[in-house]
Amino acid sequence: MTRSRSESTKDATVVSGSVESLFAEVSVRRVLLYVVLATAAVLFLLPLESAAMTSFKTVSGFAETLPFAPPPPDAATLAGWTQSWNALRATMLNSAMFVVPATLILPVLGSLAAFGLTITDWRGQLPVYILFMIGIFIPLQAVLVPLSITWQIVDVTTLLANLGPVNLWALPLAKEHHAQFVELAITHISFGIPLSTLLFRSHYKDLSDEMLEAARMDGVGMLTIYYRIVLPLSKPVFVVVMILAFTTIWNDLLFALVIVSSPAAEPVTVAFASLAGGMVQQFNVTMAAGFITALPTLLVYIMFTRQFAEGFSQTGV
Amino acid sequence: MSSSTQLDPRRYAALARDGLRSVTRNEFVRSLPFLVVPAILVGVFVYGSIVWNFLLSLTDFRGFGDPDYSSLDFEMYATMLSDATFVAATRNTILLMLGFTFLCLVIGLLLAILVDRDVTFEGSVRTIYLLPMSISFVVTSIFWAWMYNPSNGVINLSLRAVGLGAVAVDWIGNPRTQLLAIVVALVWQFSGLTMIIFLAGLRKIPRDQYEAARIDGAGIRVRYLKVIIPQLKTSLFSAIVILVLFSLKAFDFIFVLFGVSPGPGADILPVMMYREAFSANNWAYGSAIAVVLLVATIVSLVPYLYYQYQQDIL
Repeated sequence: MTRSRSESTKDATVVSGSVESLFAEVSVRRVLLYVVLATAAVLFLLPLESAAMTSFKTVSGFAETLPFAPPPPDAATLAGWTQSWNALRATMLNSAMFVVPATLILPVLGSLAAFGLTITDWRGQLPVYILFMIGIFIPLQAVLVPLSITWQIVDVTTLLANLGPVNLWALPLAKEHHAQFVELAITHISFGIPLSTLLFRSHYKDLSDEMLEAARMDGVGMLTIYYRIVLPLSKPVFVVVMILAFTTIWNDLLFALVIVSSPAAEPVTVAFASLAGGMVQQFNVTMAAGFITALPTLLVYIMFTRQFAEGFSQTGV
Repeated sequence: MSSSTQLDPRRYAALARDGLRSVTRNEFVRSLPFLVVPAILVGVFVYGSIVWNFLLSLTDFRGFGDPDYSSLDFEMYATMLSDATFVAATRNTILLMLGFTFLCLVIGLLLAILVDRDVTFEGSVRTIYLLPMSISFVVTSIFWAWMYNPSNGVINLSLRAVGLGAVAVDWIGNPRTQLLAIVVALVWQFSGLTMIIFLAGLRKIPRDQYEAARIDGAGIRVRYLKVIIPQLKTSLFSAIVILVLFSLKAFDFIFVLFGVSPGPGADILPVMMYREAFSANNWAYGSAIAVVLLVATIVSLVPYLYYQYQQDIL
């Protein structure tokens, strides 16, 4: 009994010893892991943090203090923010005027196309789908010249004026340069459809075939199947596609440069680019203007981080 | 005999009804209402523009006026080969694409492996790493211009602080460091996304495979190199596709920092295309550069598309 006791104590010491060393080893590793992750986080945030600090400084402030240090009381100012807000306010509204409609229409069209390409079965379906998919990989440069010519030829202003019973441009708040928002929205929607279709299709492929087949056997029309069964099940994909569309279209520069001809219709990215180019040395103004330009997409990102990650990481799937 | 050739009107109506029914039952016809609008938009704006762009590249269209389609030839493509600017831009584009993609993959994979080790603040860490993705490249280029500022920028201040003042150059002013500066900024923007893609791939690998390799006595390095990383093929492929596509977004960066003429140190094909077409009004030449860019992109993605086809993901 004594022997067994001594043995068990020995065992216990061995076990506790190994646990201790294991614990020590593991915790050193864990600490190292967290140090590396935290350092990476600091590096990721540093450009944003130093831009944020600089935006609140006076000219002498950002010239004399460290870029990432908070502004000292005598060199702190909101002038950069007010100045850039006044410069960009109108163009923020311009951006919203085509980004919001495009964000709402794009997922609807993508979902319709994905339904038409998934639930039915006809010859030529795969080639059409492959053409849609290749559309994701088209560099925008390959269409810029034709697009700029197209929107010069197609007179959206006149088309819209003659569309309804009354002249659209005679309505209150409507201005003729708003026609360019229609051009931008149509262009962005067309180039967003391929990816949007792909995201919906990968979701629709997982829907239960039996359920849809049963509905079809019962003579339920395709539109009813779409509206009653498929649409309610695709709400999460709608959120993902809308976030992807909003971020991409708001952040776009290239289409706006090529399509927008009237300065009054300039979206915020174009206005920011020319503001930043013209005020090279006023870093407080340019940094504040940068945050104002990025504010809508930053807010969307913070509210929907998971869906944002899901959407962007499937861009190439 | 005459009665058999003469169609009974009632039977005729029934046939017509059947015919109509078989048309409405036809799968293609039934999917049309869903496809018509998206297909027209994609067909006209995406594919119509691509074809038109190719036609324009065969003309001599420049300046103002209308393109003349009567004499089409490959003259613009011949011009390209002897154009030193084009050669420099191609070189820069390839260097940027390779450097950017490689660095993003390495950093993204490392971060994914680290984050995958049951980290307590995983959500916050992921949010921080992915944060740059949500900001327009137009904006981040200006933030990075401030980072690279020769006298007051974070980069040069840090270099001087650790005694490396000698390498604290004007990163975006110096033609020899411009491309590197652009790559670093782009890697900052996209390595978080690469991490998310790899992380999703890591999470798909069954946990018992980690355990089995560990019980076999494999060290952590061997475990990852031999067991885990080979299974990330799909993630690797999709990450490469995304990165190659996004590397063309360097246009925004260069356009904001340098305008349309960045000089031979930072010129890339997307910028050159824009400059030739929209600044110099050499429309045909710009279109031809765009065709080269399009073909190069599609060709570099063929292996991936073939892989997807093989995996039956389509």
